[in-house]
Amino acid sequence: MKFWLPAVVIVLAAAGVAVSRINEYFFFAAFVVLTYVVLATAWNILGGYAGYVNFGTSAFFGVGAYTAVVLFKWLGAPLAVQIAAGAAMGALLGFGVGMLTLRLRGIFFAIATVAVIFIMETLMINWRYVGGATGLQLLRPEAMAPFGSYTRMLFLVMTVMAVAAVALARYVQTSWIGRGLRAIRDSEEAAEASGVPTLRLKLVACVLSGALMGAAGAPMPMYLSFIEPASTFSLNYAIGALAAPMIGGTTHWLGPVVGALLLVTIQQIVTVTISSEINVLVVGVLLVLFVVLAPDGILGFFKRWLRASSR
Amino acid sequence: MAFSFDLLTEALLFGVLLGCFYAAVSIGLSVSFGLLDVPNVAHPAIMVLGSYGTYVVASHGLDPIVAGVVLMPVFFVLGILIYRFYYESFEKRGTEAGVRGLAFFFGIAFIIEVGLILVFGVDQRTVQAPYIGSSLALGEYRIPYRMLVAFGVALVLTFALTLYLSKTFTGRAIKAVAQDEPALRLMGVNPVRIKQWAFGIATGVSALAGAMLIIVGPVEPALDRLYIGRTFCVVVLAGLGSMTGTLGAGLILGISESIVLMFFGASWAPAVAFGLLLIVLGIRPQGLFGR
Amino acid sequence: MAESLLKVSGVSKHFGGFTALSDVSLEIAAGERFGLIGPNGSGKTTLINCISGLLRNDGGSIRFQGENISALPAYQRTRRGIARSFQVPRPFHTMSVLENLLVPSAYVAHMKDTEGEAQAMDILGSMGLAAKAGLHANQLSQVELRKLELARAMAAKPKLLISDEAMAGLSGAEVDEVLAILFKLNEAGITIIMIEHIMQAVMRFSQRVVCLDAGKIICEGTPASIVQNADVQKAYLGA
Repeated sequence: MKFWLPAVVIVLAAAGVAVSRINEYFFFAAFVVLTYVVLATAWNILGGYAGYVNFGTSAFFGVGAYTAVVLFKWLGAPLAVQIAAGAAMGALLGFGVGMLTLRLRGIFFAIATVAVIFIMETLMINWRYVGGATGLQLLRPEAMAPFGSYTRMLFLVMTVMAVAAVALARYVQTSWIGRGLRAIRDSEEAAEASGVPTLRLKLVACVLSGALMGAAGAPMPMYLSFIEPASTFSLNYAIGALAAPMIGGTTHWLGPVVGALLLVTIQQIVTVTISSEINVLVVGVLLVLFVVLAPDGILGFFKRWLRASSR
Repeated sequence: MAFSFDLLTEALLFGVLLGCFYAAVSIGLSVSFGLLDVPNVAHPAIMVLGSYGTYVVASHGLDPIVAGVVLMPVFFVLGILIYRFYYESFEKRGTEAGVRGLAFFFGIAFIIEVGLILVFGVDQRTVQAPYIGSSLALGEYRIPYRMLVAFGVALVLTFALTLYLSKTFTGRAIKAVAQDEPALRLMGVNPVRIKQWAFGIATGVSALAGAMLIIVGPVEPALDRLYIGRTFCVVVLAGLGSMTGTLGAGLILGISESIVLMFFGASWAPAVAFGLLLIVLGIRPQGLFGR
Repeated sequence: MAESLLKVSGVSKHFGGFTALSDVSLEIAAGERFGLIGPNGSGKTTLINCISGLLRNDGGSIRFQGENISALPAYQRTRRGIARSFQVPRPFHTMSVLENLLVPSAYVAHMKDTEGEAQAMDILGSMGLAAKAGLHANQLSQVELRKLELARAMAAKPKLLISDEAMAGLSGAEVDEVLAILFKLNEAGITIIMIEHIMQAVMRFSQRVVCLDAGKIICEGTPASIVQNADVQKAYLGA
């Protein structure tokens, strides 16, 4: 109850905002924030809970985006179908990469995820149907009433997705799956010796993570009315999805949310006041600082309160 | 089909040169990751840093290779500092370090890349030298001199490092620290200092590797991402801890990439290293010659 | 004649060019107290890694309760009743002592947390760790960590418990503490394989002892006969 009440309130509030007269810019900014909330939460299911670092968030995100484009161009599929398909493809990719490398040490999984970014990007660059290297323009469908614009509707969709992602992460964390993942993270050999089916659980986490990332990617082409490989597979998504939980805290579902909110806010401020290149540098520096100095993230400071409320 | 046979031979020739080059740029990683188990995903980024350093030093009139050699001691010290930092922050604290150690090096790589963009911009940089731009004519084939130079330096570097690791006391201690740290301790050798020294060497070598990189072709800050694939492909294919294997693995990669480049075009070549890496991880993760 | 609980037949294991185990065979009956000794590097831990499933044996077979388990992953062997402690304790360090035991009780015995907690407190109580249930690994002493290893293995309700050098580095009184726990577990019906360097503990505890050297079994018998065996003396003391 303590979770679902605020969750419902948030969704209702978002719906209210979406039909209000607020400046359009709010929705563009909020969409980005919400995307990173989903990506960071997704990353944390495998990275924070199980301890397997995914460097390739951009690949899963990109797979979702391009799946949406293909379905839209080929079948005129509605957004809901695009998102479901994006999630499915993300899950499939997670399963593939997982089967290939989760039996090995963590670093091999990490490098494999970098490999997937490159391979996916190369494939899309060479595929004319989705626009190849130059990309594709997309004509958005008309916005449905009561939304004043398509972007407003996307904002609401993204809010629901963010809440769903966090709900899923919360479920994984507090369930028996979560305890198994934590055991794997603490000592994989001891976990295996204690009866935890380590490969299976890691695969589950990887598939869930991939699915959420793919889902987050699906609305992006509609948001931009455009898709092209370089920016879709941009490493910024990979670094942001990794940095946000490291900064916010990796052991609890709130961590990625806090981290994403903080990170995107800081990025916006830095981009506007200094420059967009420095902004990217700031993310890297923050990541290293937190990893070295504050391994438990921001939430680490509020540990005791959290331990009581997560039971 | 004489026509494509000729093309194939040219691709093979080029591939051999390219392969030795890849082996040489991967050897630093072979030491830091293969022998010392440090998850150094920032290795390519440090190498690209070396390329830009070469660019700066060479702009004062030095030959690029000389510039690279000049930078080696600087990078050696940098390597020691990085390892010291890594050890104090992560390795000493045990198992939890895995995720954070990886995230740390990923962050370092990112900072280096963005730092280079800030200082030099995103445009490509090149160096000038008498051997860059012209080719050696061998019968019907043209071999770019710069590739021969890189090939030569690569062989010397690989040979020297392999000799060092097998003939000198420190070198053998480095190999030993990977296999049996407690035994080394019992011999009165401090494993941390050995690892530190080794990481310094690996980083110093990266300076020269960076020089070769900018000789072989233009560099840009984002180049490190591509080389993550190439260097890890070589190191994993060789098998962790195998120095001589690095040469063989490099050749396999170089030839594969060259053939793909020749017959399928430049837009597919970058994916070869990553694809090969995934295949190796799936079929034979211990590599061909590993411990 | 009853079927042995554990039957290791001709097991071998190689690491690259190095042979860690060659043609190792032994049989352990249910309820037995079995000792495994041998100098450092003789392959003891490799052998139990092969039995518990952390490693796959290259040759030979391992049968548990009549079933060939050589191809099973470790977690399935634990679910069939083989539990082990680790030589260097590997607690789940972000979990409390109590939560450490909840992992096997949930994943092996499929217990809900309330049931698992009750069982965990029982086990901890029998080892003198009840008061430490809420603490984390970094707050425990060395002997308490060893006991936690055994307690966690017990939470999996094993038929066979492998204790890997649980007493290394402990004081005389602490050795007695751990030994008493192992005796109590055996009296409750659990078969125990003890790997130890502390000779007096092995001799007091074991009904049968096997000595390993350079990957081969060089002697098998009662504690008294092992100690007098010339090969064993040579292995430990040199020529």
